[in-house]
Amino acid sequence: MTDTASAAMLEINDLNSFYGESHVLHNVSFHVGRGEVVTLLGRNGAGKTTAMRSILGIVPKRCGSIRLCGKELVGLPRYQIPRLGIGYVPEERGIFASLNVIENLLLPPIIKKGGMELEQIFALFPNLNERASTQGTRLSGGEQQMLAIARVLRTGAELILLDEPTEGLAPVIVDQIELAIRTLKDRGFTILLVEQSFRFASKVADRHYILEEGHVVDMIPNAQLASKRAILNQYLGL
Amino acid sequence: MSVQSTAEPRAAAREKVMCRSNVKLGFVVAIMVGIAAPFVVYPVFLMKVLCFGLFACAFNLLIGYAGLLSFGHAAFFGSAAYVTGHALKVWGLPPELGILLGTLTSILLGSAFGLVAIRRQGIYFAMITLALSQLIYFLALQLPFTHGEDGIQEIPRGYLFGVLDLRNTYAMYYTVLAIFIFGFGVVWRTVHSPFGHALRGIRDNEARAISLGYRAERFKLVVFVLSAGLSGLAGATKSLVFQLATLTDVTWQMSGEVVLMTLLGGDGYAYGSGGRSGSSACA
Amino acid sequence: MTTILGVPAQALSGQLLLGLINGSFYAMLSLGLSVIFGMLGIVNMVHGALYMVGAFTAWMMLTYLGISYWGALLIAPLVVGVLGMVIERVFLRYLYEVDHLYGLLLTFGLTLVLESMFRYNYGASGLPYPIPAALRGGNDLGFVYLPTYRGWVVAMSLAVCFGTWYLIERTRLGSYLRAATENAILVEAFGINVPRMIALTYGLGVALAGLAGVMAAPIYQVSPTMGSNLVIVVFAVVVIGGLGSIMGSIVTGICLGLLEGLTKVFYPAASNVAIFIAMAIVLIVKPAGLFGREP
Repeated sequence: MTDTASAAMLEINDLNSFYGESHVLHNVSFHVGRGEVVTLLGRNGAGKTTAMRSILGIVPKRCGSIRLCGKELVGLPRYQIPRLGIGYVPEERGIFASLNVIENLLLPPIIKKGGMELEQIFALFPNLNERASTQGTRLSGGEQQMLAIARVLRTGAELILLDEPTEGLAPVIVDQIELAIRTLKDRGFTILLVEQSFRFASKVADRHYILEEGHVVDMIPNAQLASKRAILNQYLGL
Repeated sequence: MSVQSTAEPRAAAREKVMCRSNVKLGFVVAIMVGIAAPFVVYPVFLMKVLCFGLFACAFNLLIGYAGLLSFGHAAFFGSAAYVTGHALKVWGLPPELGILLGTLTSILLGSAFGLVAIRRQGIYFAMITLALSQLIYFLALQLPFTHGEDGIQEIPRGYLFGVLDLRNTYAMYYTVLAIFIFGFGVVWRTVHSPFGHALRGIRDNEARAISLGYRAERFKLVVFVLSAGLSGLAGATKSLVFQLATLTDVTWQMSGEVVLMTLLGGDGYAYGSGGRSGSSACA
Repeated sequence: MTTILGVPAQALSGQLLLGLINGSFYAMLSLGLSVIFGMLGIVNMVHGALYMVGAFTAWMMLTYLGISYWGALLIAPLVVGVLGMVIERVFLRYLYEVDHLYGLLLTFGLTLVLESMFRYNYGASGLPYPIPAALRGGNDLGFVYLPTYRGWVVAMSLAVCFGTWYLIERTRLGSYLRAATENAILVEAFGINVPRMIALTYGLGVALAGLAGVMAAPIYQVSPTMGSNLVIVVFAVVVIGGLGSIMGSIVTGICLGLLEGLTKVFYPAASNVAIFIAMAIVLIVKPAGLFGREP
C-alpha cells in the first residue's frame, strides 16, 4: 500500500451505478481523507443516496472502483463490505420495529477493536439509556436518528456513512445531531454525509462535493464556501 | 367475437382480425384432428387426454386470467365424479343428467369454497383452497355413498339422450370430444368477453380496477365458480369414461397435478393448457 | 362414574390428551413454517415430507445401524436440517425475488419427489417403530391413564416450542433473525452474512419438522405419506393463527389439537374435518386470522 493511497480513507473512481435500465451515477469520482467530514450536496434525485448505497453494494449494478484504505470493495460479497470498517446510517433511519432500543443498538456486529463503549454512547445520547427496553419505532424521530447513529459507533467502524440525518427533524434536535457529529469528528471518525440542507452541511463539513444528475460537478472546501455562495446557490437551485 | 375490437385502434384491430382468422383455422384443424384421432390413437387414451385437458383449461381460466392459484381443484373434479357415478349407478339416471348433476355439485361447492377463499389473497388463497379440498377428501373417505377406499366402481355408461349407446367406444369418444369443445368454448368466450378483460385488469392491478368501479371480489367469485363448474364437468365425464370414481380424484396430489399440468402448458394461454397439458397428465 | 355433558370424564380426558399430542405436533410444525415464511417468504409445503424423512431417518438408523431412539432424537433433526440447507442453497434461493406461489409449487414438487422415493424403496404401508424401553408403560393419573411416551412427547414438544420462541424473541441471534425478516438488506449492510443466516433459518425450521418426525415414529407408523396429510392440517392451523407470529403458531396449534380431541368425543365423524371447518369459520368472522398480519 502506498502512502498516497492510505492517506485517502475512501477513494472512489469512475463509479457508475444502475437501477435496472436507468443509469444513475456517471463516472463519479471523489475521495474522503482520514478524519475528514465530507458532504455530498445536490438536489433531489441527483444521486447522493445512490452513491452511498453503491459504496455498500446495495444497488442492483455498479462498476468502477471504490477503495477503502486501498482495498477494493467492488466485487466483494455485500456483507463483507461493512466488515472492512464502514458504519451505515441509512436514510429514514432504518430502526427495526420488532427490536427494542437495546437490541437495535447491539445489532451491528463488532468488526474491529476501538469502537465506543456502551457507556460512552449513552453519555453522548442519554435519551437512549432511559428508553432501552422501548420498541425501536416507538421512539420520536429525533431519538430514532440518534439510535441510528449510536448503532454504528460500537462496531469499530472508522468510516461512517450518514444519509440525511437531519431530514424532518425539529431545529433543536438538529442542533443535537450537529453536536454529535462534531464529537465524532473530534474522536477521529471519518464521515461521509449526504445532505439536502447546505446550511447544516456548512456547519460540520470540511469539504463539499456537488452532485448534479449523477455527475460530480464541483468540489468546494468549506473555507471557500462564502466566496462561492452564488455558484453553489445555482447548483442547488436555491 | 368482433364486438370488443371496435374500441381498439384500427391497426391493432386489423392485426387482431388476422390473428383471429388464423385462430379460427387452428380451431377447425384441431377439431378435424380430434374427429380423426381415434382411428389412429387408442381412443381411451384420447378420452383421458380430453378430460384432463378440460380440467387444465378450467384451472387455467382461474390462474391465467384471474391470477388466483387454487390448490384445491381436485375437490371439484372428484366430487363431480362421485356424484355422477352415484347418480348413474344407484339412481339409474341417464348419462346427460348424471353429468349435469355432477357439474351442478361442483358449482355449488365452488360457490361455498369461493366465498371463504376470496377473503384472502395470494399464498393464503392457495393454502385455504388446499385445506378446504382436504375437507372434501375426508368427507369422501367417510361418507357411505362414496364407498371409502374402493370408490364407486362399474358405473354404467348408459344411453345418451336415451338413444346413443355409450358402451360403444367411438360413441363415447365423440361425446367426450363434444363436451371438451363445449367446455373449451365456454373458457374461450369468457376470456374474450368484457368480463374476461375486466378480470385481467383486476389480476394486473386490483386496486386500480376497484377504483374504476369494478367489484373485484364479485368478479373473482364468478370466475372461481365457473372454473369449479368446468372442473366438475371434466371430473363427471372422467367418471363416465372410466366407469370409476375414487379417492385419487379428490386428493391434494391431484390438485397439485393440475397446477403442474397448467404451468407446463404455460399459464394464460388457453390453447397450450388444453391439449398439451392433457397429454402430459397421462405421461 | 363422573360424566361431563353426558360423556364419561375418563373418555373426555383421554381424547383431550390425544388432542394435546396432535396439537403438540401441529405447534412444532406450524412454528417452523412460520419462521421460514417470515424469513424466506416461502410457504414450505415440503415441511410434511421432511417430517416423514425425520421419522424414516430414525427408523433406518435403528434398523440398519442399531442406533437407538435417543441417538435418533439428536441425529435425525441434524440430517433433516442439513438436507434442508442443501434444498435452500440449490433451489429456494433463486425464488426469493419472485411471487410466493413459485415457492409453494417448488416445495410441492419436492414433496412428490421425496414421497415417491421412499414409497419406491419402502412401499406405502407403515413400518413399526418401537417405543424406547425407558418410556414404556404409563401412569394412571386418576382422571386419565397417561402412557409415559405420550407424556414425554407433550413435554418435549412444549419445551422445544418455547425454546424456539425464546431463541427468536429473547436472544441476540433471534434479534438478527427478526431484523432480517423486517429488512434483510439493511442487516446485510451492517455486515451480517444474511445468505448464511437464511440457510440456517431454513435448516432450523425443517429440523423442527425432522424432530417432530422422530417423536411421531413410535406413535404413528412410519410411512411415506405420513406427512402429506399432516402438512395440510398445519396449513389450516397457520391460516387460522396467521403466518409470522411465533406465539400465535404455538397457541393455535395446541388449541386446534384440543378442538380435534373434543370433536372426537362429541361427534366423532367430524373429527377429521373439525380443523378445516374451524378455519372456514375464522376466515368468515376474522379474515386476517387470529394473530395475523398479511404477507
